[in-house]
Amino acid sequence: MPTTNDHAIDELDHARDVQAIQRFREAAANAHVETTYVPVERATEAIADAIEGDAVGSTLPFETVTLPEKVRTDPTDDDLRTAQTGVTAAAFAIASYGTVAIPMTEHKEGPVSLFPPTQVAVVLARDVHPDMATAFEVLARLFDDGTKDVIFVTGPSSTGDMGSLVRGVHGPEAVSVIIVDTTGEGI
Amino acid sequence: MKSNTTREETRAHIRHLLAEEGDTVFENTSYLNDARYELVGELGADYDRLKDRARSIKEEAIEHLPDLIETLTERVEANGGTVYVAEDAADANQYITSVCDDVGAESVVKSKSMTTEELEVNDALEAVGIEAVETDLGEMVIQIADEAPSHLVGPGLHKSRTEIAELFNTHFDPDEPLETAEELTEFARDHLAPKIEAADVGMTGANFLIAETGSLALVTNEGNARKVVESNDTHIAVAGIEKILPTLEELQPFIELIGRSAGQSTTAYTSILTPPVATPTMPFDEGGERSFHLVLVDNGRMAMRDDEQLRETLYCIRCSACLNSCANFQHVGGHAFGGETYTGGIATGWETGVHGLESAAEFNDLCTGCSRCVNQCPVKIDIPWINTVVRDRINRSDTGTFDFLYEGLTPDAESGGLSLRKRLFGNFETLAKLGSATAPVSNWLANRRESRLLAEHVLGVDRRRALPEFQRTTFRDWFRSRERPIIEEPMRRAVLYPDIYTNYVSVERGKAAVRTLESLGVEVELATPRSTGREPLSQGMISTATERARLIHADLADTIDEGTDVVFIEPSDLAMFTDDYEKLLPKEAYQTLAENSYDVLEYVYGLLENGADPAELSADDESLMYHSHCQQRTLGVNTHTVAVLEELGYDVMTSNVECCGMAGSFGYKSEYYDLSMDVGDELRGQLVEAGDRRLVASGTSCTDQIDDLVGENPIHPIEVIDPERRKGETTT
Ligand code: SF4
Repeated sequence: MPTTNDHAIDELDHARDVQAIQRFREAAANAHVETTYVPVERATEAIADAIEGDAVGSTLPFETVTLPEKVRTDPTDDDLRTAQTGVTAAAFAIASYGTVAIPMTEHKEGPVSLFPPTQVAVVLARDVHPDMATAFEVLARLFDDGTKDVIFVTGPSSTGDMGSLVRGVHGPEAVSVIIVDTTGEGI
Repeated sequence: MKSNTTREETRAHIRHLLAEEGDTVFENTSYLNDARYELVGELGADYDRLKDRARSIKEEAIEHLPDLIETLTERVEANGGTVYVAEDAADANQYITSVCDDVGAESVVKSKSMTTEELEVNDALEAVGIEAVETDLGEMVIQIADEAPSHLVGPGLHKSRTEIAELFNTHFDPDEPLETAEELTEFARDHLAPKIEAADVGMTGANFLIAETGSLALVTNEGNARKVVESNDTHIAVAGIEKILPTLEELQPFIELIGRSAGQSTTAYTSILTPPVATPTMPFDEGGERSFHLVLVDNGRMAMRDDEQLRETLYCIRCSACLNSCANFQHVGGHAFGGETYTGGIATGWETGVHGLESAAEFNDLCTGCSRCVNQCPVKIDIPWINTVVRDRINRSDTGTFDFLYEGLTPDAESGGLSLRKRLFGNFETLAKLGSATAPVSNWLANRRESRLLAEHVLGVDRRRALPEFQRTTFRDWFRSRERPIIEEPMRRAVLYPDIYTNYVSVERGKAAVRTLESLGVEVELATPRSTGREPLSQGMISTATERARLIHADLADTIDEGTDVVFIEPSDLAMFTDDYEKLLPKEAYQTLAENSYDVLEYVYGLLENGADPAELSADDESLMYHSHCQQRTLGVNTHTVAVLEELGYDVMTSNVECCGMAGSFGYKSEYYDLSMDVGDELRGQLVEAGDRRLVASGTSCTDQIDDLVGENPIHPIEVIDPERRKGETTT
């Protein structure tokens, strides 16, 4: 006979998630990443709001979240060179660092998240993990299931090589992350 | 023996670099060093756990290296790539150029890789008419300037913004001269973007390789490494064999440590790729097939693995923490403190392993053994020890000519051609005995102008340094001739170690220690005054140091077994007992000495904690400026000094420089005098800022340096609390 209260466990899980998401948003802010937290119904709208100018994207692998109409998927070379924003999914996020993990597949997530000056990443709230150790457990499972290439992105590309810190060096100069709550519980 | 011309050349080279690059290097390294302290501090206790884990993963990985190479090769091949294990640079370059040739490459774009610098891949490519384009902005700067990297992480860290602007304006002659960092970055990016797209081959290094998945990890802030990989069908990754980790999960501690150790919480990108990557190559409509070549470079590494002393070097993840935390490096940079490829203290290990002893000999002197880097290394490499070992090997490979003249002065256990100066510094004990026995005549003779000129000319002892003034009545003479107080039921029994300086030169601090300990109820004996081996060890004279360590152990073992503690006035001698002896003595002997040894103020702290009565100590509300010794800080015993002084009412301000710049005999050497004073300048600033606070320092060499810097001789903290001082002050 179960001695634990399922409802209490749910609550506990929920509290932990809330904490991880708050931590993620703080760390992301330190890394010059903007974050938006939205319920699933408003996800597409939030993505649209984060987009600057013309946008390219890679189809999101989520059942419940879709890209706004105006995002051009399967972009050409020219699309990539002229677009102002690139939108991709993140497999997970790491709260303690403000990092998002972008898998690269044949769907061009690599160039989409690298060429346009603004990068938008979409992550599900339940995929925000508290720390690097947990993230690597998840990563190892993803690799077991066939993922090959993942980029941990923590803020925009930058360099200090020219005498002081400059953002946007062979990569985006702004990064924005949309955290999508699919539980309907909110925070 | 190092000839006078070489010494002259070294001095001139260092002066030149101090003037040309010193300020920029200092600004950048000290910024990164401060950031590192803050970032690792945020980790709290996790920091040590991560370091321990990283260390043990590396130990295991190097132990099983041949198996890991095999597993990795199988995986990469199963993934559709090729692996080539290159024996040396020529072999690697031959393979790389043939791959480029096979795809008809005209140009290769590269992301930052120290290993390709080691191999001089760019030269090899250019020799067969292939253009090599560095796309990391720092690398691009030094490629244009035609210089070598001056730092493991920031290759162009010695160049200021204005210098880069000048370089670009001359080299590219843009319509509008470039000025700001933004303009320079934008220009460089726009210059490189078409080159990256037009290239035929993308070449990267690898910060880590994962055997079980055949993946590589690239840690970067710029997007260039990603672009280089994504935009080119042919990907060549060049990495030393030591980069292999067994599993993906074992990458975790390294990812957490590498950025922080370099002074950044984490880099913008950590790419974990399993090439050939799945991303389609741009331009998409040309739809080329991706290919991947992993070049695993041995180039001396397998031999390093078999070399008990150099093996640790292979754990290095090239984070640069040991460069940024090194006072000498901060001031002179990697163009003096580095060999053919690698820079900083750990470069001694790398250069010896991959380029040979001669390359390390060029700069190995610049590691003074201050030990500040030891706790900063994420894989806990004993960097000063590697420097000592290599110094010993250099000594043995030299051929000296004058040695026989000085055999009497240098009763050491060294064979081979050791330079005269090394012998002299290494045998300071003999010199001190002689100097003391003949004082004051010896002091008078030593300080005559002719003697100083001769000393500088033959020995390279800088004439601007004050020489130690030997005392005719040694500390031991005083101890033996005085009337011993009777201590009823002593709280502890201690044997005070009279280091050479305390015994022959700074006798007062010895007396203060005896009086202080006795007033706290300790029965004090004196150990036989003999060298701990610190002076010979600093000259790389390992056998002499080992012999001294054995004698000391024989002296003290029984006393310690009877429950007596060993107390030190000189921090660097304490560090010998608690740290270096681990390498010189059998395990048990080392443990006996290490576990029962204390810094004198640490000991006082312990006594007070255990209820000793401080009534007789000199307590005051005097304002002090305390400079602790670098090795005290590494051992973490400096805090006790401050705690004791504060408990007695003193108002204590502390310095926070990594090292005073003197570092034993280093600052006495004529070719390093300028550097030593330049390093000391930071401390001078802090001392001046301290106003009329009384100066206090624990180490002998710090004391000498401070005297030279501000013309005031600091006293040892034990002299501050000396009961005699209290009496003296109350009677006046
Ligand atoms: S020796 Fe340690 S601190 Fe120095 S670069 Fe290597 S890993 Fe970093």
